[in-house]
Amino acid sequence: MIRHFTIDGIKVPFQERQTIMDAAMAAGIYIPHLCHNPEFRPQGSCRLCTVKVDGRNLAACTTPATDHAEVKSNTKKLMAMRRTLLQLLFVEGNHVCPACEKSGACQLQAVAYYCGMLAPEFTHFYPQREVDASHPEFAIDFNRCILCELCVRASRDADQKSVFAISGRGIHVHLTVNSPSGKLGDSDFDKHDRAAHVCPVGAILPKHTGYDVPIGKRLYDRKPVSMVGDVSDHEED
Amino acid sequence: MTDDHITETTNRVMTQWNNDQSNLLQMLIDLQQALNGIPESAINQISAGTRRSPADIESVIGFYSFLHHDTHNPYRVLFSDNITDRMLGSRALAEHLNSRLQDIDTATVDYTSCTGMGDQGPAALVNGHTLTRLDKERIDQMAALMETNTPLSDWPAEWFRVDENIRRRDLLLETDFEKGSAIKCALESGAEKILEELDASGLRGRGGAGFKTAMKWRFCREATGDNRVVVCNADEGEPGTFKDRLLLQSFAERLIEGMTVCAKVIGATTGFIYLRGEYLYLRDELESKLQRYRDAGLLSKDIHGEAGFDFDIKIHLGAGAYICGEESALIESLEGKRGIPRIRPPFPVTSGYLNRPTVVNNVETLVAAAMIAVHGAAWFRTKGTEQSPGTKLLSISGNCLKPGIYEYPFGTSLEVILKDCEATHVQAVQIAGAAGSCIPPSEFSRSIAFEDLATGGSFMIFDRERNLLEMVQNFTDFFVHESCGFCTPCRVGTSLLKKRLAKVASGRATGVDLEKMRIIGSLTRQTSHCGLGMTAANPILETLDKFPHIYEPHLLSTTFEPAFNLDASLEEARQITGRDDPDAHLQGGGV
Ligand SMILES: Cc1cc2nc3c(=O)[nH]c(=O)nc-3n(C[C@H](O)[C@H](O)[C@H](O)COP(=O)(O)O)c2cc1C
Ligand code: SF4
Ligand code: SF4
Repeated sequence: MIRHFTIDGIKVPFQERQTIMDAAMAAGIYIPHLCHNPEFRPQGSCRLCTVKVDGRNLAACTTPATDHAEVKSNTKKLMAMRRTLLQLLFVEGNHVCPACEKSGACQLQAVAYYCGMLAPEFTHFYPQREVDASHPEFAIDFNRCILCELCVRASRDADQKSVFAISGRGIHVHLTVNSPSGKLGDSDFDKHDRAAHVCPVGAILPKHTGYDVPIGKRLYDRKPVSMVGDVSDHEED
Repeated sequence: MTDDHITETTNRVMTQWNNDQSNLLQMLIDLQQALNGIPESAINQISAGTRRSPADIESVIGFYSFLHHDTHNPYRVLFSDNITDRMLGSRALAEHLNSRLQDIDTATVDYTSCTGMGDQGPAALVNGHTLTRLDKERIDQMAALMETNTPLSDWPAEWFRVDENIRRRDLLLETDFEKGSAIKCALESGAEKILEELDASGLRGRGGAGFKTAMKWRFCREATGDNRVVVCNADEGEPGTFKDRLLLQSFAERLIEGMTVCAKVIGATTGFIYLRGEYLYLRDELESKLQRYRDAGLLSKDIHGEAGFDFDIKIHLGAGAYICGEESALIESLEGKRGIPRIRPPFPVTSGYLNRPTVVNNVETLVAAAMIAVHGAAWFRTKGTEQSPGTKLLSISGNCLKPGIYEYPFGTSLEVILKDCEATHVQAVQIAGAAGSCIPPSEFSRSIAFEDLATGGSFMIFDRERNLLEMVQNFTDFFVHESCGFCTPCRVGTSLLKKRLAKVASGRATGVDLEKMRIIGSLTRQTSHCGLGMTAANPILETLDKFPHIYEPHLLSTTFEPAFNLDASLEEARQITGRDDPDAHLQGGGV
């Protein structure tokens, strides 16, 4: 027997052990998200996929689907909360979109457009962060890291390397590289690693390929993220 | 320090903890105690022994605020920075010590979250050891000892004295307890009977959430999986709480037996006491009490002569992370990791420590369970209310003449409590810690009970001389410091709230800033991953509602008109967030 729940009134079938996000993706219903990628274990940290499940706010990517549940996603209130969450992500990093190679193919930017977040609303923190260009083929710009931990999960679970880790606590949480010098060039990182191709923003970028695709013709320039999906699905290694 | 010494000490500590990677945090804590810090040169050695990557080890060190690399400072003084310590003058004392030590570079002075000494502050930790009742004279004497490099073991013992401070005893504290009696009763009645008794007693968890203890134990008993685990949550991190301190210090037998009774019921072989790092001073005494239980045949193998009933208890220390009081973060920490709350389900009762079925209970809950095993449900129900049977230990601090620990039947009103502890001219009572409720005098007829004012035990009193905005700032700073940083709303939202509050306090804010605080506060409340973030904005949201006058005088005069209407100023916020529910409105227009 196939079981169902509803998202914004639409009936969605699901199988045992599927989350709300899994079932929604399978049914072609878009729920905004940044830290989720179906290839990896869900972690539920960006909170963008917060939906209302029978009256409770829960992250769709970590909440098991249950029979007859009534899920609300595309409501005014939830969209307003998502806009504020996106504001927070912009506030804590340094995102200079016009100067970013990822612009147009950046999931943070695309989700922000989708949710209608158009202008900054809070004072930005302007943290001091570094760029690590020590690797011959890839660079990390920590200014743009949104701590989604996709590279951490990909390197640990897909590449079996654990090149990345998260250190610090609270607002001081930051991405680190497992190598004697703490630099990427000193680590086991390789351009064919899955971890090299999962970053939703412009934090982990290949070198020597700048602006191959002109702005205006990039992934999210023509179609919204709700139709195109995750940027990592469109990456080749 | 020679490299050989570091290598040897690291080896010794790692062997003590069986080179087991789930004991990583304990190794790091012990290494720091032995060497005054964790030398960077030890990381590779630990990595080789535990098979955890150097970056992973660094990320654990980076998470716990007590851990550090620097080994050069023989003295590290951390002043408890809770609002109640501040009210007793802790900040001035810290600055005084700092100025005294300016000429020597062998000491650092800093602040830490509430150390659980609110009834005998101002308090501090020196190299992890608790100092109580600090005053200027003692600070001068301390500085003198530090200048002459006197080891802590030669400091006067009196400085480290922690008093019980029991002010009122009721059911739990006034009833005597005979060693072994709870274990004996549990073994005589059998697991199922004990569980029925516990169920009949109506005991609910004392750690805050109030989950029915019998139900938790039954879920775990019925879960599948071997090597079950009982965890005593002795993290007691809620600012202003110190009642578990008393139970651990003077009633540990009951705790040990409560854990053993639980082990019998759920079929556990392993027990942990997760002791907050601030209570390091309790560790040795607890260890020796555990040993006495083993020696008496009441712990370890064939307990109380029952063949095959094997259960033992280990102590794991925390290292300065409030989030590790949250049960799933606590379990991560027990496994030697960063204390990030887990995704639930699965819940610990089915998949906890190393994915085994695990019960996590507060100290007071386990003590009460031991007493119920001996005296029965009817005895327990002689006190309290229908929905909240029994008694509650309160940690009372702040503006009153008799701070300390009070045991009251549930259902006791704030009026009665305030009278007993001799508090006068009270402006507000903060119940249940930084995340709790701020209660104005108009509500002092309310009572302590799960159905009214639930609390883990913190009870902080503020008289009319106090500036409540300082309290709100102090609690908000606490959450900024203690957020684990895992999820967006809490990691960033708490810092944004802190900045807005500073703007209000500096007199540069307008009504718009209050609106923004509401928007962020409501976001953290509604979208955070765990209870910390969900409650981190409570101090602001609660006082905006109930004490709007603490904000208004600080606002810029352009919006500070006699007719200023807080509620109306929130209209834009309501529109932006699409809200119009009662929570989005201020009573009486907020004036
Ligand atoms: C941020 C946070 C901190 C907590 N700190 C503590 C604590 O210090 N001690 C405690 O017993 N429970 C604490 N809890 C509650 C625990 O998660 C858990 O509910 C409790 O230990 C269960 O025990 P009980 O059923 O006996 O109350 C905390 C919860 C949260 C969300
Ligand atoms: S570098 Fe990219 S993938 Fe890695 S945590 Fe940061 S944003 Fe996520
Ligand atoms: S709410 Fe705060 S403490 Fe809890 S997981 Fe999120 S960041 Fe960590």
